[in-house]
Amino acid sequence: MHELAITESIVAAVTERMPGTPVRRVHLSIGRLSGVVPDAVRFCFDLVTAGTPLEGAVLEIDEPGGSVMCRRCAAEFDTDEVLALCPCGSADVELLRGQELRVRSVEVVA
Amino acid sequence: MCGTCGCASEIEHGHGHGRTVPLEVDVLAKNDGLAAANRAEFARRGIVVLNLMSSPGSGKTTLLERTVRSLGAELPVCVLEGDQETVLDADRIGAAGARVVQINTGAGCHLDAGMVARALPVLAPADGSVVFVENVGNLVCPALFDLGERARVVIMSVTEGADKPLKYPHMFRTADLVLLNKIDLLPYVDFDVAAFVDAARRARPGVAVLQVSATRGDGLDTWYAWVRVARREIVASVAPRS
Repeated sequence: MHELAITESIVAAVTERMPGTPVRRVHLSIGRLSGVVPDAVRFCFDLVTAGTPLEGAVLEIDEPGGSVMCRRCAAEFDTDEVLALCPCGSADVELLRGQELRVRSVEVVA
Repeated sequence: MCGTCGCASEIEHGHGHGRTVPLEVDVLAKNDGLAAANRAEFARRGIVVLNLMSSPGSGKTTLLERTVRSLGAELPVCVLEGDQETVLDADRIGAAGARVVQINTGAGCHLDAGMVARALPVLAPADGSVVFVENVGNLVCPALFDLGERARVVIMSVTEGADKPLKYPHMFRTADLVLLNKIDLLPYVDFDVAAFVDAARRARPGVAVLQVSATRGDGLDTWYAWVRVARREIVASVAPRS
């Protein structure tokens, strides 16, 4: 369950940038090819934020879909499969999008 | 869009809200930064670091014991051992004759770049060493965490399913080398080697798959040759001091 470590990194990333500031909302992007399960992050979030300035914050997660480019025929296509197979038959694809794992923004008390 | 306030939120939330502060921080940036620092340090000192990953029980420690005994006389070899608990594996590696440091991750399911950075001064590898990092036995979590390694070696044994590369794609798609271990057991288990190689190359096109037995010794000369080449490359790339 690497989502525990991931969630700790999220909280650390926020508190390092805005030390001591109470945070009411955290907006994340977790791509569908990132290998991180949003529900597992939600599960860990309350646990990890307890006693921090993020305690009680609303967690908002968007999940951008994936896209890949075939290294054989150069076709680009959307997919949510990590092991995507190009219509040309090649499995040799480069992931272009969907691996994001970012804290987009936070909302703090004005 | 939130119907009450027109903000970008897609879920219900309290109003009279505060100030939005854009951060745009990569969650793994801290680990990746530490990994890059590790990699630069290893490159400067001609140290080749190999990140060994597998499920528990694939034979990583047995492979390392034998590797240490076989290569230890010829190359400076040391080991970082990752496990949730105990120093059992470090004791085995130490008995085989290599410098070893055990990292216990407690509840953690993987090693990260910071743990490696902290263990390194304790391990104190000589310049030009081969450092094997035995990651925590787990086919999921270690895949996401760059340690600063030169290469990733994924080990599977024939007592596991040949379709594992498809089930654990994140692990196999970043493998630089795949070792199929325990091939001495092939007569006794239902394991399709060709299907496994196909699955591994579906995840990582063109990856080399070496068939080995860490107990009987099959294929290990090829593995040692691969390690020697990896070391030679990194030692050769170290700029001569003027």
